Amino acid sequence: MGAEKFPELDPIFAKYRGKKGTLIPVLHEVQNRVGYLPEDIQKHVAQKLNVPLSKVTGVISFYSFFSTEPQGEHTLGVCLGTACYVKGAEALVEEVKDQLDISEGETSDDGKFTLTVTRCVGTCSLAPVVMIDNKYYGNLKPADIPEILAKYQDSGQEGK
Amino acid sequence: MDNREVLICSGTGCLSSGAEEIEEAFQQELVDRDLLEDIEVKKVVKKTGCVGPCSLGPIAIVKPEKTFYGKLEVQDVEKIVTEHLEQGNIVTDLLVEEDGHKVEEYTELNFIKGQKQIALKNIGEIDPASVEDYLKQEGYQAVEKALLDSTPEEVIKEIKDSGLRGRGGAGFPTGLKWEFTAQAESEQKYIVCNADEGDPGAFMDRSIIEGDPHKVIEAMTIAGYAIGADKGYVYVRAEYPLAIETLASALDIARDRGYLGENILESDFSFDIEIRVGAGAFVCGEETALLKSIEGKRGMPNPKPPYPAQKGLWGEPTVINNVETLACVPEIINQGSSWFNGIGTESSSGSKVFAVAGDVIGTGLIEVPMGITIKEVVFDVAGGIPDNKELKAVQIGGPSGGTIPSQYMDLEIDYESLNEAGAIMGSGGLVVMDEDTCMVDVARFFLDFTQEESCGKCPPCRIGTKRMLEILERITSGAGEEGDIDKLQELGERIIETSLCGLGQTAPNPVLSTIRFFRDEYEAHIYDETCPAGVCQELAPPYVIEDETCIGCTNCVDECPVEAISGEAGEVHEIDEDECIACGACAEVCPVDAIYQRSQGKGDA
Repeated sequence: MGAEKFPELDPIFAKYRGKKGTLIPVLHEVQNRVGYLPEDIQKHVAQKLNVPLSKVTGVISFYSFFSTEPQGEHTLGVCLGTACYVKGAEALVEEVKDQLDISEGETSDDGKFTLTVTRCVGTCSLAPVVMIDNKYYGNLKPADIPEILAKYQDSGQEGK
Repeated sequence: MDNREVLICSGTGCLSSGAEEIEEAFQQELVDRDLLEDIEVKKVVKKTGCVGPCSLGPIAIVKPEKTFYGKLEVQDVEKIVTEHLEQGNIVTDLLVEEDGHKVEEYTELNFIKGQKQIALKNIGEIDPASVEDYLKQEGYQAVEKALLDSTPEEVIKEIKDSGLRGRGGAGFPTGLKWEFTAQAESEQKYIVCNADEGDPGAFMDRSIIEGDPHKVIEAMTIAGYAIGADKGYVYVRAEYPLAIETLASALDIARDRGYLGENILESDFSFDIEIRVGAGAFVCGEETALLKSIEGKRGMPNPKPPYPAQKGLWGEPTVINNVETLACVPEIINQGSSWFNGIGTESSSGSKVFAVAGDVIGTGLIEVPMGITIKEVVFDVAGGIPDNKELKAVQIGGPSGGTIPSQYMDLEIDYESLNEAGAIMGSGGLVVMDEDTCMVDVARFFLDFTQEESCGKCPPCRIGTKRMLEILERITSGAGEEGDIDKLQELGERIIETSLCGLGQTAPNPVLSTIRFFRDEYEAHIYDETCPAGVCQELAPPYVIEDETCIGCTNCVDECPVEAISGEAGEVHEIDEDECIACGACAEVCPVDAIYQRSQGKGDA
């Protein structure tokens, strides 16, 4: 039935065949490919790995990295680690919320950004820090936010 | 002229302050001047891992002089190439100034001078992508010594004698852990490297993997040989994409060179390592939860015993060591246990990496000998507190740790002394806090973190931390009640006694330690309805403008997020105290310091 449903995912299952404890690595790769993990994908993974759907769903809901909702083109994470918090990162969160008119975990109307609040990203000397995809922006003030967002909004690419 | 090298720090901190542009500029200059081809003047721009003093980034170190150039801008590169690389003269203008004089050599920086680098030794010195660089630093000599010249028992004895203790949490003796696992009877055993570095403010494990990945591989191989494991896992946080990439390519190289795989160095020993990527759950730093996660399950901890040494990964005996712990292992094998034991204090040998952050001049990673005082770390190594402010406290050990007030600054840091002071070594996060920090708010911040990361398996942690957080939120919002402090203490002590794993057993520490040392601040919030540091907004007094000082520049009018300030250009401005949320944004932008907080005198605001 579902076997031919997502042929593009087959290489992922092939890669991990015969290995132990592969549910989490498989979910990482599937999410990278599909963007998120909706129910039909979860069912497919469960069937392919021969584990109960409840286990797949249970793992997805436990780990914050997995999402069951579509994500924006870019993930914008405001670090709320200790150093960033002490240096006023909460004001950055408010500014991003204002600018994009979204709350934490939501995606902007144009589909460009999903706002997340992250734990320490390990660049404390640059606090407060915003991470967009894999790029860091440090020593920020709320007033810097619009300019950074604009780089992504204009070109659709990580702007330089 | 000697062969020269230009090392550009490419740690995450420097990258985001523009190291890539600096590196490109160097490369371009060398190409333009046709110096890359010149054999006699060989100048190499290398990507190094994290050098440490992140606050000085982007950084270039010119070898062999070890000249340190900090806070570089692209236009500085041409000058360095012309004057230093071509003419051999150090560009004095671009040196960093400390204590009133220019520092020439990297090793003479205060930030580096006070350190004793063991785990971090190669970081910043070698190109993490080059195994040749690692080999030049005695790389893979320890594994050779272990595999070819020692029995597993001898390796374990060496680690035991060194006194090495776990660098990621409770400080359990590493050699004992290995011995227990070696003695457990089983066909299959595992080595797991815990790189699920989740404590906010701590990033030494990431720097070690990004800067010196082969050391972790070598150490795991030695550990595998010692306990009889043929398989290792490195469990890395998903938040560290660069570390994952660096380690993966180092693993490939190690396999190619015969440092991993079948019959390593033509011995009978075979060993390989696989990377497992976390998925964003702090509790997975706890060892039993981590093992569950590698098994592909929800990362929930198990009661101990059985310890992983008896029943670990897939029920088999398993050693779990943190990255920094492992990074000490090759050094101990190479230099000998007595060398390592000679550093540090009676109970805690060697050195420890701290991630220094917060209100301090020199932020970044430092590795200092155990037994150093907090004062030496904060003032001598890290350069003290900026803006002439007073040190109030340091928070050591992250959300599991505690806050140590300024009167304890002569405390000599080791596992035991920190425990006695109500903190823990933990993973080595060290956040410096100045006088403007509210201790109740800090406690609330950490508890908010652990509360959210509680996995929910055991009620004391799941419900207890929630109740504590509610009380703290009540206090910081001005609705604190009589008896709240006692309730926090009682709840905290119960949670510590009854929680299942290390997360719950340490979660109340930040609250209990701040109550112990800063009880008056809690009382001020509850009984006087004031936040002495002016942080808790609902308790903070509004800001006011001093009429005679205001120059009417309108900066504050524009800056105020709630439009509480009125006034035209050239006229004295006024803050509507009912509208003011006491965020302090206006005071920050005022060019003449005319704005201060009501309850405090001018200059204190």
